[in-house]
Amino acid sequence: MARAAVSGRLAARLRWQAAALVERREESPTARTLVFDLPGWAGHLPGQHVDVRLTAEDGYSTQRSYSIASAPDADRVELTVQRVPDGEVSPYLADDLRVGDAVEIRGPVGGWFVWRPEQAEPVLLVAGGSGVVPLMSMIRVRDMIGSRVPFRLLYSVRDPADRLYGPELDRGAPGLDTTWVYTRGTPDGWTRPAGRLTPDDLVRWGWPADFEPTCYVCGPTGFVEAAAGMLVALGHHPDRIRTERFGPSGG
Amino acid sequence: MDPTGGTAADGVQDAYQDGNVLAGPLSEIFAVDLTAAMSRCAHCDSTGAVATLRVYGRPPALVARCPSCGEVVLRIVRSPTNTWLDLRGTVTLNIPMDTR
Repeated sequence: MARAAVSGRLAARLRWQAAALVERREESPTARTLVFDLPGWAGHLPGQHVDVRLTAEDGYSTQRSYSIASAPDADRVELTVQRVPDGEVSPYLADDLRVGDAVEIRGPVGGWFVWRPEQAEPVLLVAGGSGVVPLMSMIRVRDMIGSRVPFRLLYSVRDPADRLYGPELDRGAPGLDTTWVYTRGTPDGWTRPAGRLTPDDLVRWGWPADFEPTCYVCGPTGFVEAAAGMLVALGHHPDRIRTERFGPSGG
Repeated sequence: MDPTGGTAADGVQDAYQDGNVLAGPLSEIFAVDLTAAMSRCAHCDSTGAVATLRVYGRPPALVARCPSCGEVVLRIVRSPTNTWLDLRGTVTLNIPMDTR
């Protein structure tokens, strides 16, 4: 089981492969996890993504990149798709693709925004909105292989309804500390007022810079730039901050 | 049209993605992942991972710009029969090799 995670294919030229939807799960009012069957999937490293290609009957074709949410699991790959209003691809994937329908998938790809299980240093995960998806893969692989590397997750969402993977994160795991940052509305009795991520949040709930954690920051561009800037200002070396941002073409 | 739950700055449209999205298109050409490679910008001489470039457009045509100076570092266009790769803005690529 751990073998697939560790071997993670980074060096092969890739081909588009047909992938059938086998399950859809609702993660939030606007986000769905899509489970695809990919025969012969060689595993992936957490943080990697796939390209998804849709082709219409008239030959028009379009593609998007989506982070993998799951840990390696035989021929199954899970993506979590946030529906972007007026998006070209995400509403179709989130709402219209039926179980049994196929898309084309190419991957796994990406060797930068990945966590390798042999990394021994503490890990800080900073997520904005659906930027939590590749970080969730890291959390799930850590759990799957029984890693004792300490993880801390700061997860910024607008309000409790926008949480992805809420029940799984609330159950938690030994050595994983999760802090929710609500930007617009908090649960009742929440002590931190609603508001954007601040340097104080990173000081209180992250790691001190002298622990030399690797920091993974994923979210929309504005969030990632703000969070990465705060981490640098707090003394984290830029080489230990890895970022992944998405723009409107995430739609 | 904020895809992420309101964490982006209000009213600011994210106009670009980052170089992580180049991984798939480049994997069609190169045997190793190039997004983890360090590229040196021909315009300002700064270095950084290809994954940190600012990428505009969407497949089949992508333009990657230097996050420091904004100049074009790399362009890639995929036609049904060819991939066109313009590296005029790149002085060097320092590519980590998988030694396992």
